[in-house]
Amino acid sequence: MLNTLSGLFTAAVLAGTPLLLGALGEILTEKSGNLNLGVEGMMFMGAITGLAGSYYYEQAVIQAGGTPNGPASALVALFTSFIAGSLGALIYGFLTITLRANQNVTGLTLTIFGTGFGNFFGEYIGQQAGGYVAVSDVTKGVFSKMNIPVLSDIPVIGSLLFRYNWLVYFAVVVAIIMAWFFNRSRVGLNLRAVGENPATADAAGINITLYKYLATVIGGGICGIGGMYMSMVTTSGVWVHDCVSGYGWLAVALVIFATWSPARAMAVALVFGGLTIMRMYINIPGLPAQIYDMLPYVATIIVLVVTSMRESKEHAQPKSCGLNYFREER
Amino acid sequence: MSEAADYAVKMHHVTKTFGKVVANKDVNLELKNGEILALLGENGSGKTTLMNMLSGIYFPDHGEIYVKGKEVTIRSPKDSFALGIGMIHQHFKLVDVLTAAENIVLGLKGKATVNRKEVNRQVALLAEKYGFEMDPAKKIYNMSVSEKQTVEILKVLYKGADILILDEPTAVLTPQETDRLFAVLRNMKKDGKSIIIITHKLNEVMAISDRVAILRKGEYIGSVITAETNQAQLTEMMVGRPISLEIERPAVERGEKRLQVIDLTCLNGDGVKALDNVSFDAYGGEILGVAGIAGSGQKELCEIIAGLYPSIGGSVLYSGSHDGVPVKERILGLKPDEIVKKGISMAFVPEDRLGMGLVAGMDMTDNVMLRSYKSSKGIFVDRKTPRELAEKLINDLEIVTPGVDTPVGRLSGGNVQKVLLGREIACEPSVLIVAYPVRGLDINSSYRIYDLLNEQKKKGVAVIFIGEDLDVLMQLSDRIMVMCGGKVSGIVDPREVTKEEIGLMMIHTGDEMKNEEVTA
Repeated sequence: MLNTLSGLFTAAVLAGTPLLLGALGEILTEKSGNLNLGVEGMMFMGAITGLAGSYYYEQAVIQAGGTPNGPASALVALFTSFIAGSLGALIYGFLTITLRANQNVTGLTLTIFGTGFGNFFGEYIGQQAGGYVAVSDVTKGVFSKMNIPVLSDIPVIGSLLFRYNWLVYFAVVVAIIMAWFFNRSRVGLNLRAVGENPATADAAGINITLYKYLATVIGGGICGIGGMYMSMVTTSGVWVHDCVSGYGWLAVALVIFATWSPARAMAVALVFGGLTIMRMYINIPGLPAQIYDMLPYVATIIVLVVTSMRESKEHAQPKSCGLNYFREER
Repeated sequence: MSEAADYAVKMHHVTKTFGKVVANKDVNLELKNGEILALLGENGSGKTTLMNMLSGIYFPDHGEIYVKGKEVTIRSPKDSFALGIGMIHQHFKLVDVLTAAENIVLGLKGKATVNRKEVNRQVALLAEKYGFEMDPAKKIYNMSVSEKQTVEILKVLYKGADILILDEPTAVLTPQETDRLFAVLRNMKKDGKSIIIITHKLNEVMAISDRVAILRKGEYIGSVITAETNQAQLTEMMVGRPISLEIERPAVERGEKRLQVIDLTCLNGDGVKALDNVSFDAYGGEILGVAGIAGSGQKELCEIIAGLYPSIGGSVLYSGSHDGVPVKERILGLKPDEIVKKGISMAFVPEDRLGMGLVAGMDMTDNVMLRSYKSSKGIFVDRKTPRELAEKLINDLEIVTPGVDTPVGRLSGGNVQKVLLGREIACEPSVLIVAYPVRGLDINSSYRIYDLLNEQKKKGVAVIFIGEDLDVLMQLSDRIMVMCGGKVSGIVDPREVTKEEIGLMMIHTGDEMKNEEVTA
């Protein structure tokens, strides 16, 4: 029983991390008043570019006659996936901030574009590589669970908390930094004002366009890293068609569940992660596997119902979220 | 000191256009050091646009601006702060979910982190200096309108502004709060600050300003010393021709009781009582004014009677006649179409004209049809009758529009209101409820609306007038019901009470006043 529970916990953390990264990216974006529904698309873009980045890095090193270095390969993946996610968000930002296109339509389009982008290049690179694309064991090793001296050896706690891949800790650190940023820093205060009431922020001398672009692009980059987690950790460095498969949408739902708080997002991601992999750990005889697959989505619906009933001013979506700002509008 | 330096602000030949609309044309304006200048003009005369060019929201197309003797270019609100200009906007620019102090330091340069304790202390000190009362750690959404305004003023003072611009600061205040604000403004003047106050209320101009500058249709008309002028002269400068400021109150014999409201109670979205045991009667041939600070339950009251808002207790009784047959009905809880089906002719002109009253994207014919399409027989609607009615409204009410096919959203505020009121009156109601019918309208349109209401009163209609301007309410109404926090604090005869008494009733319910009298 205890083994099952600790197994479930570990698996929930692993499954929840890409959700957490996606949600953190979206929280940052929404705090600037941009509702970017393209999380799924940006995760797809991050997933394929991260994998491709590592893969081409390895190929280049091998062709030059050297041996690929694991941490370097991981850094390349991190960097390329961040850039890909930001570029996706930059398209979104240009359309909604500069051209003032409808945010919902633009976000949905980005999802479709990103999904196509990921799958197309995934297949294409796979064909070039002769069937499928996979990174070498060196890179796989870097993305598998770490063994931290001393900490990992602590009984129970060690295996529960200190034996994950580095991206899990990366995500937690990003969440903590973001929580501090929103609640303590001056720039964070300004950003919240931009998302709540851009006209006010503008009158206070805050550069709305700059804040919106930066938050959206960096947020997109974080979503991209979340996608990279899917291709490098979840599918172990092999491109699997449709590997992001709805995780981007769960991340959007998670933002609502977490009530736009990066700190709560960590806890909520764990719950969502647990729901997505529950069927492998808790087996109720006679219950079809599809019911388990439904759980995260059912939870999302319940969360939406509950949050819309509870009319809290503070734990709510930034007020101008979804609306474009134009200063001289009359 | 050179002559130029005597002026805190000088605007020279400033022009601003929005598309084809000229908001400001060749305007000259001067603000002397340490004076309170009233900027007077009707709605749409370009007062706010002109001031927004000082605060960096808009950029002038032509003209020069001098601040403290130097020619300046104000490209953004930041430039404006740097020059010591602070503007308090009509619609408060505050972030609801942040505290007063957080709003005050918003956008300011400083350390990477915000030390909230220190900021709270500084803000409290500043508030004390000018005689404000406020809690820096209170969130904006918990604040009253007057508290929010205090935050706005502290915001510009905190930034060290010595030129303050207030855009219609008294529009949302009770008379007592207005007096308190004026006292603070005088304190600031003593402290050497130069102040521009935008308003279209003449009595306030006379009360607070040293000098008055007048704008009309975007053009600068001139300026006069307040002590050397009077309200009639100012009105003439503002409107362009002499105009009688008297609002008529025709004597009409009070008719029968049309509407009886008994102990009406309802909750708002937060589960707090928005109306608490409200009782009153409305008679035919009478205008019943409803006074109160915005949000005292006026909106809920109108909407409950119109069948649009749920109540938790009380009763609303209607008595009138339909085709010669007397109708007596209990209407509480009926939906609007059920009320119509019962033969009750009631009309409601809501506060939100283009949201609740009319469909902005539809033309006049279609909007008129919204009220009548259900009565046509068969599956096709009759477009001819509403079209004729729309054309009649344009003629009768002098509505300025290219034609009945123009979407109503493109008309100006006054004309939109005429379309809405005209449509409702055309149904020949026996009860007419109007909420803030002259909000945002200029003097001419406002007086036309008052005339229309008086015509209805003469016809024997029971008119319920929800208003915000006490002067208007007191001149137009036959009786005034004053509301405070969802309760009726009293129903008074405007000929027998003073404005101050009504103002007091707006912030105290009857019981509290009695208690105060006892203790005093």
